[in-house]
Amino acid sequence: MLALDDVHTYYGKSHVLHGVSIEVGPSEVVGLLGRNGVGKSTTLKTIMGLVRPSQGRVRFDGRDVAGLAPHHLAHLGIAYVPEDRRIFRLLTVMENLRTGLDRRGVTEERKRALLDKAYAHFPVLAERRGQAGGTLSGGEQQMLAIARAMMLEPKIILLDEPTEGLMPRMVSQIRAIIDVLHQDGVAILLVEQNVPLTLEASQRVYIMEKGVVRHHAPAADLRRNAAVIHQYLGV
Amino acid sequence: MELLWDQILIQTVNGIVTGMILALIASGLTLIFGIMDVVNFAHGELFMLGAYVGVITLANTHSFWLALVVSSVTIGLLGAAIQVTTLRPLLGRDPLTTILATFGLSLVLQNYALWQFGPVARKIQEPFTGHFKLFYLEYPWYRIVIALLSAAIIGGLWLFMKYGKYGVWIRATTQDRIMASAMGIPVPRIHTLVFAIGAGMAAASGVLFGPLVGVNHAMGLDWVIKAFIVVVVGGMGNLGGSILASIFISLLEAYASLWVSPAQAVIVSFVVLILTLLFRPTGLFVPTPK
Amino acid sequence: MTPRPSVAYWTGFAVVLALLIAAPLVLPEFWRRFVTEILIWGLLAMSSDILIGYTGMVSFGHSAFFGLGMYGAAAALLTVRPPNLGLAIVYGLVGAAVIAAFVAYFSTRLRDIYFSITTLVFAQIFYVIIFTWTAVTGGENGLTFRRPELAVPGLFSIPFTSNTLHWFVLAVVACSYLLLRRITRSPFGMVLQAIRENEPRTRAIGYQVERYKMVAVMLSGLFAGLAGALYAIQNKFAAPDFVFFLISGEVVVFNVMGGIGTLVGPVAGAAFFLLLREGFSRFFTEYYLIPVGLIFTAMVIFMPQGLLGFLKRRLNQ
Repeated sequence: MLALDDVHTYYGKSHVLHGVSIEVGPSEVVGLLGRNGVGKSTTLKTIMGLVRPSQGRVRFDGRDVAGLAPHHLAHLGIAYVPEDRRIFRLLTVMENLRTGLDRRGVTEERKRALLDKAYAHFPVLAERRGQAGGTLSGGEQQMLAIARAMMLEPKIILLDEPTEGLMPRMVSQIRAIIDVLHQDGVAILLVEQNVPLTLEASQRVYIMEKGVVRHHAPAADLRRNAAVIHQYLGV
Repeated sequence: MELLWDQILIQTVNGIVTGMILALIASGLTLIFGIMDVVNFAHGELFMLGAYVGVITLANTHSFWLALVVSSVTIGLLGAAIQVTTLRPLLGRDPLTTILATFGLSLVLQNYALWQFGPVARKIQEPFTGHFKLFYLEYPWYRIVIALLSAAIIGGLWLFMKYGKYGVWIRATTQDRIMASAMGIPVPRIHTLVFAIGAGMAAASGVLFGPLVGVNHAMGLDWVIKAFIVVVVGGMGNLGGSILASIFISLLEAYASLWVSPAQAVIVSFVVLILTLLFRPTGLFVPTPK
Repeated sequence: MTPRPSVAYWTGFAVVLALLIAAPLVLPEFWRRFVTEILIWGLLAMSSDILIGYTGMVSFGHSAFFGLGMYGAAAALLTVRPPNLGLAIVYGLVGAAVIAAFVAYFSTRLRDIYFSITTLVFAQIFYVIIFTWTAVTGGENGLTFRRPELAVPGLFSIPFTSNTLHWFVLAVVACSYLLLRRITRSPFGMVLQAIRENEPRTRAIGYQVERYKMVAVMLSGLFAGLAGALYAIQNKFAAPDFVFFLISGEVVVFNVMGGIGTLVGPVAGAAFFLLLREGFSRFFTEYYLIPVGLIFTAMVIFMPQGLLGFLKRRLNQ
């Protein structure tokens, strides 16, 4: 469904991705691991059109999408939850969610249903629905960022380090949400530093190093073979 | 002493009236800057062309209110056209280029107006005449109506921004253009929409202000500087701030013109700008970020 | 070690200089004057390039420096008898310098757009003062005066002919160019360019960015004032119109059209603009700004490096 093929990306003069090839099938949860600075976030940003690849292809549902503006990609079914959450701080929780709901062809009932679903999964958002996004705690903002992406009813969600800086209780909430999304048929490309969580939640895992994919295996194999993880991540 | 009191009173009302008109112009300017980092040098010309469209519509239909609507819509569309042809290609480039491009446009628009309408000032007739008694003075009704109308338009804008679907999109795009796009909001179209709204408001301002001054090709020049000053003093991108700043500066100028000529009274706004930049550069009415 | 400029550069310079020297001998009076005006506006645009092209500060206030140079010279020519060339220039420079110091102090703390708007506002402040202080400045009508003689004290004093005036202006502008070039290629100039490229980093390295900016503004103001003084001497009048901010806008247009950061680019830009104006005036009378404005706007979008921008590296070597 989503395929990157030999993608090279630059930040200014810095050559960050040196030929990344990744695939995510429908409803799959795929993990992307690697040390800081290897290019994991850049990979997601390239997919989402926030940076343009200088070389290589990005294909979604069979069509070439490299270079399309983010809002096109959102309409095609790719949702993005960035590393720093980036919720709209001056908009209320409700308005944040609305940005994903106010699409063409969505009936009022559907919007209600989606909102109710979001509030059911994240009760804290229901409580704070009239509050400005900037007043939420870090964990709550993360919930909001994910809920907001869910409002797009995407085929795939790109999650960039969702558990970073969160308390264990919230980490398990994120874990649960990933499962829920997976059951709903939404694919997930999960970039994480939290190795155990990634290995648990994903079906397959890619490991990146210095801008390329160095290893690729089913998560089950990596769970059994910790040596590979040690080798690339020093964990 | 009593004579001075009258004048202060009149000037206060004048200041508020002018302030509201300035607020209409400045709101558009600050919205545009807030959402796309564009300093629209041609804004004064949109104001001026709005006044001219008002003159023409009035001449043909004899309805002031129709003139107001037609002018806002026409210039709004012109604004959209300008944004799409001239500013969209410049997105992402050095902000200097947008200042220059809009400056170039202002030259073109000014001289176009000169060419089409000639150098002689035109007049827009007030929709109604008549004075009322403000304490013991006569004050024209029309001026009060302008202030109220301007306030209504700005109020309408505020409601639109707060509750309308596009309002939420505009606010989201202003805060974080990239995430707004990632949420499926068609950012380029929103930019065009905001520019068109700003242009329409400037045009409305031109029609409303028309009866107070003559309509001529250079009328935008004074206002563009004042509007910039207001936007900076109010805090760039801050709608409420620019409204307060508009009234504040207009009041100060109105009082100043009791002592000096109007041509010199403009120095007041310059001084306010400089003081603001020296001591509270984020805006006079904006709490300084800690 | 900045590399020696190439033979090609100096040859080019010599050729242009020769053409300009020959100009009054071959051109009819109207065009002779035209070329002299190009030189003066070119000098003004060059001064602006120090800020825009080399330091990265867009100033809309150059009309103030130009205007004060003009009025300063006027002051000298009206108050001191007999009218003295050197004094006119000095008064002009002092006038511009004072204003430049004032502007420099206030505006160098501000970044980008705030700086630009402030300079614009300053230009307007001076415009208003000049326009309304009729007793001193002649208000709307400006001042007229006689042209001084070309004098070297103690040696000789001859009245200017149109040719000698042109050569005098050419000499001043050429020397200014060479001087400015020397400055931009000096360590000081390098710091200015570093500020333009990356101000925070330049500050982090330890340079007192504000001081450099202030000197840049003063330098820029001085040469703009010089242009103003020359203009006064050439035209024998001073008028507030030249202090209006639109003039500053036009100067920025010259800079961009010609290519910022090249020093000669702005001169070429001035020439280009004035030629376009001349040409279009034939067809459009006073509405020449419509097509010229359109061309300018199109250039900003499609040709942002300006006419000579492609020569930027070579010209700065």
